[in-house]
Amino acid sequence: MSTVFRTIKDVPKEEYFAPGHRLCAGCTAATAIRQILKAAGRDVVVVTATGCVEVATSYFPQTAWRVPWVHVAFENSAAVASGIEVAMKALNRKKKSDEKIHAIALGGDGGTFDIGLQALSGALERGHDFLYICYDNEAYMNTGIQRSSATPYCAATTTCPPGRLSAGKMTQKKDLVAIAVAHEIPYAATACPSYPFDLMNKVRRALDVEGPALIHILTPCPTGWRFDINEGIDVGKLAVMTGLWPLYEVVNGVTKLTVQVPRREPVKKYLKGQGRFKHVGEDVMKRIQERADLLAAKFGLGPVRQ
Amino acid sequence: MKRLGLSGNYAVAYAVKMADVDVIAAYPITPQTTIVEKLADFVANGELNAEYVNVESEHSAMSACVGASLTGARVFTATSSQGLAYMHEVLFIASVLRTPIVMANVNRALSAPLNIWNDHSDAMAERDSGWIQLWASSAQEAFDTTIEAFKIAEDIQLPVMVNIDGYIVSHTYEPVTLPDQEEISGYIPSKPMTNRVSPRLAYSSGVVGPPEYYYEMKYQAVDAMERSRQRIKEIESDFNQRFGKDYKDINTYHMDDAEYALLIMGSMTGTARVVAESLRRKGEKVGVVSIRCFRPFPFERLAEIFKGVRCVGVVDRAVMPGGPSNPLFVDVASALYGMAERPVLQSFVAGLGGRDVPTDEFELMFNKTKEGARTGRAGPCVYVGLRE
Repeated sequence: MSTVFRTIKDVPKEEYFAPGHRLCAGCTAATAIRQILKAAGRDVVVVTATGCVEVATSYFPQTAWRVPWVHVAFENSAAVASGIEVAMKALNRKKKSDEKIHAIALGGDGGTFDIGLQALSGALERGHDFLYICYDNEAYMNTGIQRSSATPYCAATTTCPPGRLSAGKMTQKKDLVAIAVAHEIPYAATACPSYPFDLMNKVRRALDVEGPALIHILTPCPTGWRFDINEGIDVGKLAVMTGLWPLYEVVNGVTKLTVQVPRREPVKKYLKGQGRFKHVGEDVMKRIQERADLLAAKFGLGPVRQ
Repeated sequence: MKRLGLSGNYAVAYAVKMADVDVIAAYPITPQTTIVEKLADFVANGELNAEYVNVESEHSAMSACVGASLTGARVFTATSSQGLAYMHEVLFIASVLRTPIVMANVNRALSAPLNIWNDHSDAMAERDSGWIQLWASSAQEAFDTTIEAFKIAEDIQLPVMVNIDGYIVSHTYEPVTLPDQEEISGYIPSKPMTNRVSPRLAYSSGVVGPPEYYYEMKYQAVDAMERSRQRIKEIESDFNQRFGKDYKDINTYHMDDAEYALLIMGSMTGTARVVAESLRRKGEKVGVVSIRCFRPFPFERLAEIFKGVRCVGVVDRAVMPGGPSNPLFVDVASALYGMAERPVLQSFVAGLGGRDVPTDEFELMFNKTKEGARTGRAGPCVYVGLRE
């Protein structure tokens, strides 16, 4: 078993994600990647799907990646990572290479939930020894805040705007971890960069297992969710504290909560802080609260603070 | 050396085995499937030490190939028709990322209507993808060309597509001579190439190329294709010498004194030659030219071959609706444009969706071409064998 991150002293000083990238000020996906790479170390290759992170970190002639990094297209990061994983296996076996490289595929919610779901499912089913990470900012932020199947109920985006006949996105977001777990993979988890030790420990555990692992990371987006750039970590915390984003892991099919919330915050507090929910009324808030209550019951979180 | 009865597809599979590839990403599609089935057998029996990835689509097949190739592994996949079309996006990326992937494309018509039989519309739709395209018209040639393809791909650092006609070549059994493994290993030693995903390099592949850089990045692949013209000739002559063959970028038949000729690709060449032979016996000065290396298109040599020829009938097994003509014709016309005295070009379309092109239709095409030679004028495109 490799390192367990308990305090800041356990976290490596090395920065594998260089400063000076072009992600928006306050982007928590950048925070998440910094944490991921600190936990993963340098013997990895990161295969990134087209999206915010990809375009903002690899703008030639600069790159923010101090580890090997590959981008091929939008929908295929899991397939590209599969190819790298098997190729290294073959090269190691045939004594053509002694390098050990762990493949990490990284996609946004569009590249994972929507266009990349087939490639992801294929790679999980085939059992490649790789880690898939979805950084979920709940819409196509790179192209300017369009709805994805990860956009939450009643959130406003540019392609599901609220209007006289609409209250925003009319459906719930997909349960990505449940989809991954349905492939009977050894490790799946949720995470949020507001809880860095939890996130980093999950990356380590995911890399330690043999076979496919998936981590679904909620990365609040000031640009798309419409909050101030200094609030991203707090917004992430509130997502967890309200019960809307329970932090758990599923190891060989057994679900375990990793961050307990003894007293939940009301979802209203989370929704009020974000411009994408500014159109929602009490009735919608009530429905979202009910969803948080259901999740809380499912994962064993505490009651709402009165 | 041994001699086996192999279908075109099995000949490709044997070549891939003897090339000792490291990774095969495979997705079934008719009529390619028996290639990847045979390779699955080889891997399952330990006859080929490779990772065999049963991907969930051709898009992922090509994506996995690109990823695998970036590690420096030798990589192969095979497809046809819809599969190739599904790979479309990644084909362009594979060439600019300079991944030396070898792919067999067993030519099949594109839908709709669904059709599993041969024509060239699949490969023609990818002619601008930056892949070297070689065409083989027998099982032996399929074997040889696949071996050569690894040499070419890895030398030039561009992906190579080996095309064979669906069913006509892919499923026809012919005697195929296989060289000894040592000969193949000596020719294309299976050694690791640069690992571009090595932590020692921390290299970023597939970056964003803004307007200030995209042009130059894209041009590098264009330039590689241009430079490959000379290298392919050298590689082919070395191959011919080693293995006692006589492959060229363009195959010619009775072209020394031909007054008119058909230009063709793939397996129809055989029928064209048989008909040309019988016309020769009647005193007709007729020849057949077939393109083996479609990308890079051998325009200089084509112009040389057609010096003094009065009319060329260009037989396309694909269409380009709304275009100036059809894909092969357009390339030939461009290639010959610079000639001071160029032949008249007559356009034909034949054999779409696996429609047989029998000898009498070749006679018709030769006659029409002869008419062009006589009158110095070509007619509109003739859709040979089309029921109206």
